[in-house]
Amino acid sequence: MSAVREHTVPRPARRRPGRTPPPPAAGRACGDRGGPWPYLLVAPAVLGMLYLLLYPLARAVLISFQDFRLRELISGNARFVGFANYRTLLTDPRFWTVVRRTFLFMAVNVVLIMAIALLVALMTQRLGRVWRTAVLSSLVLAWAMPVVAATTVFQWLFHSEFGVVNWALTSLGFDSFERYPWFAHGTAAFAILVTLVVWQSVPFAAITLYSALTTVPAELHEAARIDGAGAVRVLRSVTLPMIRPIVTLVWCLEVIWTFKAFVQIWVMTKGGPGDATTILPVYAVQTALSSQRYDLGSAASMVTVVLMSGVLVLYFRQMFRQEGEL
Amino acid sequence: MSAAHATGPVRRTPAAQLRRLPLHAGAALTVLICLFPVYWMAVTAFKPSRDIQSADPRFVPHAWTLDHFRTAVQADGFAQFWRNSLLVTAGAVLLSLVVALGAAFAVARMRWRGRRQFVLAVFVAQMAPWESLIIPVYIIARDTGMLDRLATLTLIYFMVTLPFTIIVLRGFIATIPAELEEAAQVDGCTRLGAFRRVAFPLLAPGLMATSLFGFITAWNEFAYANFLIIKNQENRTLPVWLSSFQNTFGTDWGATMAASTLFALPALVVFLVLQRHVTSGLAAGAVKG
Repeated sequence: MSAVREHTVPRPARRRPGRTPPPPAAGRACGDRGGPWPYLLVAPAVLGMLYLLLYPLARAVLISFQDFRLRELISGNARFVGFANYRTLLTDPRFWTVVRRTFLFMAVNVVLIMAIALLVALMTQRLGRVWRTAVLSSLVLAWAMPVVAATTVFQWLFHSEFGVVNWALTSLGFDSFERYPWFAHGTAAFAILVTLVVWQSVPFAAITLYSALTTVPAELHEAARIDGAGAVRVLRSVTLPMIRPIVTLVWCLEVIWTFKAFVQIWVMTKGGPGDATTILPVYAVQTALSSQRYDLGSAASMVTVVLMSGVLVLYFRQMFRQEGEL
Repeated sequence: MSAAHATGPVRRTPAAQLRRLPLHAGAALTVLICLFPVYWMAVTAFKPSRDIQSADPRFVPHAWTLDHFRTAVQADGFAQFWRNSLLVTAGAVLLSLVVALGAAFAVARMRWRGRRQFVLAVFVAQMAPWESLIIPVYIIARDTGMLDRLATLTLIYFMVTLPFTIIVLRGFIATIPAELEEAAQVDGCTRLGAFRRVAFPLLAPGLMATSLFGFITAWNEFAYANFLIIKNQENRTLPVWLSSFQNTFGTDWGATMAASTLFALPALVVFLVLQRHVTSGLAAGAVKG
């Protein structure tokens, strides 16, 4: 699909390594040389990135080194306190519990998403036209479901008294689920949030992996099969290596997107019951906007960013290797 | 697509069909799991309250009602929030398209110092940790008197969608041969005219994919809408309204589901109508662009 198309289409102007400006091509009347135009064209985008991204980020770093509470928010002139906020944070056992929970949440989600998505993608590839359309359409529909709407629906599905899940489980003979209050138990609430995030994330991953699978030449499969490879062997030695770059990219994205579960968590449980569903972004916002400790909240946000950046680097390396050039 | 798996009008023997049974069972299960929550939302919205609050849920309602939709629509400020969401979404998408079109053109067609750095910055910006920027954005908005304003939300959603829009449009522009425009220029078009008459129509799929992405992002966004619109409740958007709906309507799940349906409907319709573009364009585009 478009991933493939772009690779095969030769770029009209391929840059040389070493960034030496190429000789002006004859016939290219304008545009290839500098002038103010390109800068004017990218100016709004650059300004937007500076003011709406870089500035808030710098501000968050700044606040994380200041004593910044409600008083400072109103009157300004906050005092610098060096690493005091980070010290407070890193010596707080609650913070470490939240960090551990964040990693658990991320691991469970990503493993489930990748496994299910790969299965669905492989299955979709083997389906006939009608079934394939049906599966892809329903994936798209689940994908299109707005986050807040899906969260609300899941709350209704798992409602203790009239929820259809409790009804189904009770009918299947699990009597302990009669009026089971899912959102009152930490582990159960955690499990529901994982289910919700997986349900919302699988469609994108499955569709992307499926489009990657369709780019694997069928001749390769045939050749492997003629050489006597079984289905598992073909999958392991031919298909997976071929789509590995895309798998890595999707994996990275899903890891990073774990933090977006902030919305589901905030709408569904606000981090509760107790602390059972509090992951890092939730913790940061709670600390800052509910307890007015903007300094500690910013510090927690910066820790989140640092944790994320490892995966981000991996993601960019993989992407640029695939892209070849910018 | 995959021609290896004969999908055409090939007659299969009963044995072969039996062998494909687990496959079809898996497909049916996938469809069921994907669709059930959406179906349940819509069905609950149409059911009379006594059927909703019953120990024996009905999967196909025997009585239909529009009462819940009436409750939802007549709720305080429904029209207002709908309008807010629409304004913010349209504003963000349009702004991002205009800005991105210029930037993508400069990146794909022009040669200038700093181009490479700019593209790198756009790629990094696409992965911006928006969840971790809520606090500083709140503080900045407060300092500059931008709290409680729809314009603030519009600007933020514009920035959220801008990098992706630039990346995708740049890819599309790069695949349109520059020679086409040059020919138009030889025939007497200005550079801008050449771009508008020749390249712009070819960009339609890219514009569609990116505005779809922008629409979904802005329409759905909850966190910023929730924390930046505080005092002036008239400026809330639909997701925030929906999330507080339950508090107002408490146990009225029929009305809550009706509200969810009304909120989800535009997104579902747009996605289904543009499904083909979604599956190929957006999936590949979001991964690499």
